Amino acid sequence: MAIEVRIPTILRSYTGGAKVVDGTGDTLADLLTDLDSRHGGLRGRLITDAGTLHRFVNVYVNDEDVRFLGALDAKLSDGDSVTILPAVAGGAFGFAAAAAISSHSISSQSAAAAVARDAVAAR
Amino acid sequence: MHVLSIDRSIIDAIVAHARRDHPDEACGVVAGPVGSDTPTRHIPMDNAARSMTFYEFDSMEHLRVWREMDDRDEEPVVIYHSHTATEAYPSRTDVSFAGEPGAHYLLVSTREPDSEEIRSFRIVDGVVTEEPVRVVEAGVDPHAVQSYMFGQSPATVDYECSGR
Repeated sequence: MAIEVRIPTILRSYTGGAKVVDGTGDTLADLLTDLDSRHGGLRGRLITDAGTLHRFVNVYVNDEDVRFLGALDAKLSDGDSVTILPAVAGGAFGFAAAAAISSHSISSQSAAAAVARDAVAAR
Repeated sequence: MHVLSIDRSIIDAIVAHARRDHPDEACGVVAGPVGSDTPTRHIPMDNAARSMTFYEFDSMEHLRVWREMDDRDEEPVVIYHSHTATEAYPSRTDVSFAGEPGAHYLLVSTREPDSEEIRSFRIVDGVVTEEPVRVVEAGVDPHAVQSYMFGQSPATVDYECSGR
């Protein structure tokens, strides 16, 4: 038995388009390490440089948000189902706040690209 | 070119939601059959941030609604939110968080008390592309669609692309 992991559309480039992949691990951290060995780069989209789960990515074990289960230390068992969903968020926030937040966003690479493009366009 | 075609009744419900939550931002989804590009089921969501300048789906409601869509072979065709003091154009925050490349991002501005600005965008890899919104009047034979490109609408609102 393994742990079933549901991958959101935006991260399926790391799984060859697969919507569901299998992994193993006693904790969420172990599972993400295991997944990264086959789907390189996936872990880096979910975990910050500081080694914590991104603020704006939601990970669920069965029906529970992992934030209430110890985050990366959340215990997993064979047969569990893990779901990853990028937070749906936004708003008419100012530039400085957005820049600060984007470093915690699952889409932060695209955010940085957009900011760079705007900077070029403004010249 | 992409176009968002959406029923008048759904647009009306989204606007009503945005007005109800004003001055806080309102947010939600319109689900539709996978691959259809047709929004059919309006799902107003809680703004867990309860803020005038930020919105965020509640994480548990998000999971429940996404599971429900999966079970019904639906996908989020439209993801909408309101800006309550600024224009209906994606902010940098909106762009940085846009995580559903297949969705139409619909923005409603409620800054004017008597009229709404309603615009739709694709946001893919940080690139924002505006698209026209075509409102389909309910009860009309779909093969003889009576629709309004925005700007020709009898409403006072100008929904047309600005060409930005």
